[in-house]
Amino acid sequence: MTQDTATLRAEQISKCYNGRCIIQDISLQLAPGELVCLLGVSGAGKTTLFHTLSGLERPEQGRVFLGEEDITGKPGKISYMLQRDLLLPHKKILDNVALPLVIRGTPAKTARAEAAPYFAQFGLSGTEHQYPAQLSGGMRQRAALLRTFLGSRGVVLLDEPFSALDALTKREIHRWYMTMMAQLQLTTLFITHDIDEAILLSDRIYILSGKPGTISAELTIAPPRPRDLSFGVSPEFLSYKKEILSLLDAS
Amino acid sequence: MKKSQSITSKLPALLALAVVVAIWCGASEGGFVPEFMLPSPRQVCQALISDAPVLAANAAVTLQEAAYGLLIGISVALVLATLMHRVRWLYRALYPILVITQTIPTIALAPLLVLWMGFGMAPKITLVALTTFFPIAVSLLEGYASTDRSTADLLRAMGASRWQIFYHLEFPSALSYFFSGLRVSVSYAVVGAVISEWLGGFEGLGVYMTRANKAYAFDKMFAVIIVIVVISLLLMLLVTVLRHAVMPWEAYEKIERND
Repeated sequence: MTQDTATLRAEQISKCYNGRCIIQDISLQLAPGELVCLLGVSGAGKTTLFHTLSGLERPEQGRVFLGEEDITGKPGKISYMLQRDLLLPHKKILDNVALPLVIRGTPAKTARAEAAPYFAQFGLSGTEHQYPAQLSGGMRQRAALLRTFLGSRGVVLLDEPFSALDALTKREIHRWYMTMMAQLQLTTLFITHDIDEAILLSDRIYILSGKPGTISAELTIAPPRPRDLSFGVSPEFLSYKKEILSLLDAS
Repeated sequence: MKKSQSITSKLPALLALAVVVAIWCGASEGGFVPEFMLPSPRQVCQALISDAPVLAANAAVTLQEAAYGLLIGISVALVLATLMHRVRWLYRALYPILVITQTIPTIALAPLLVLWMGFGMAPKITLVALTTFFPIAVSLLEGYASTDRSTADLLRAMGASRWQIFYHLEFPSALSYFFSGLRVSVSYAVVGAVISEWLGGFEGLGVYMTRANKAYAFDKMFAVIIVIVVISLLLMLLVTVLRHAVMPWEAYEKIERND
């Protein structure tokens, strides 16, 4: 799972449908343990980029590497959480989160045993034998995150992981995710359209804009993680926000 | 709370049924309709009781035919729908044929089957299989097609094979459709068996019906109709029970939707 934490590297990726390019010439890199955010207006091809990085789509140009391994167009190598929680309604939570292990060939019983110890850490104790329909939105999201984490070999892609949650749940889950990340040594690339969320959580931010989408700017958020939520009202935070807004306006 | 609600919701149906029986009672007992044309509910009940052993023996035969036919129908539907879902050209080749077979009247088919297979159980079972497989196959195909695309993407991103996607996602997603189809099919199964018995056979509710008809014993005719209705309803209930047992998560989804 986390032991072979590796770098994710994309080199000059372009993805087109019917001759129209959605993303063009995108290069990015994630160091082990880094939390990087992809920020951009809608329609800039964020989801297409994630589909390509995850191997669901094969790019017309460019390559994707996990460590030294070329994983271009090869799904199953990095863990990808899509926009909604997408828990399978017919499986109990324990079986839902253990699914990536089962898909990889682990016997169901072993997979369940491997998944069970993480329930407390993810705030899901007691939900093991419940169905997704019995859980609240925040809990379902955490279950989806646990599934993503269990399926990962160090690198996870999260497509707007917290966007469906209400403001209070979101705040709580941010705080939780920051301590989580540190404990689990995960390398995360996540999409958001929420600038505050991006500044609060990320080590670095890529700004994706234009048609076709390209990376128009990259900026580093200096304060060390996990950050106190009071960082969200500091002058430093506001100056980052100003910078991002001007970058977005310029693009 | 839930129980009392379900009784309240069934009250209009029970009332309507009572009204129909009352009108029937009045028409026959009051002498408005000659007895030989419309027996009274009392006479039908008497026929039901006096002929109970014969009805039970015949019902057992019909049920057997319906059950075997249904099992074959379900199996063929499962295999065919799954193959058609996985192999696109097979879908394009077979779907029109499937629809055409459904426009062939059962009544026309039954004597042919008797001609080909004799007076035993084989033609009855075949007819039941033919009539029951279609609703299930069509429901399954629709169910497979309704699979959530994003969830399929998620499984593919996990590195799932086509078979794993089918097993973990497509088949469970199609289950509710399967049971809807099955519900329709069980009533077809009983009716199909009875119809095929009309056109040649030695035992079964259909044969009993033909004999009652020829003897102008309409009290027995009504008695056998009631038996068929009850059997069909019980089978439909069985499907519902089975559905709850196989898909326990559905109960929670309904609660969530009602919130």
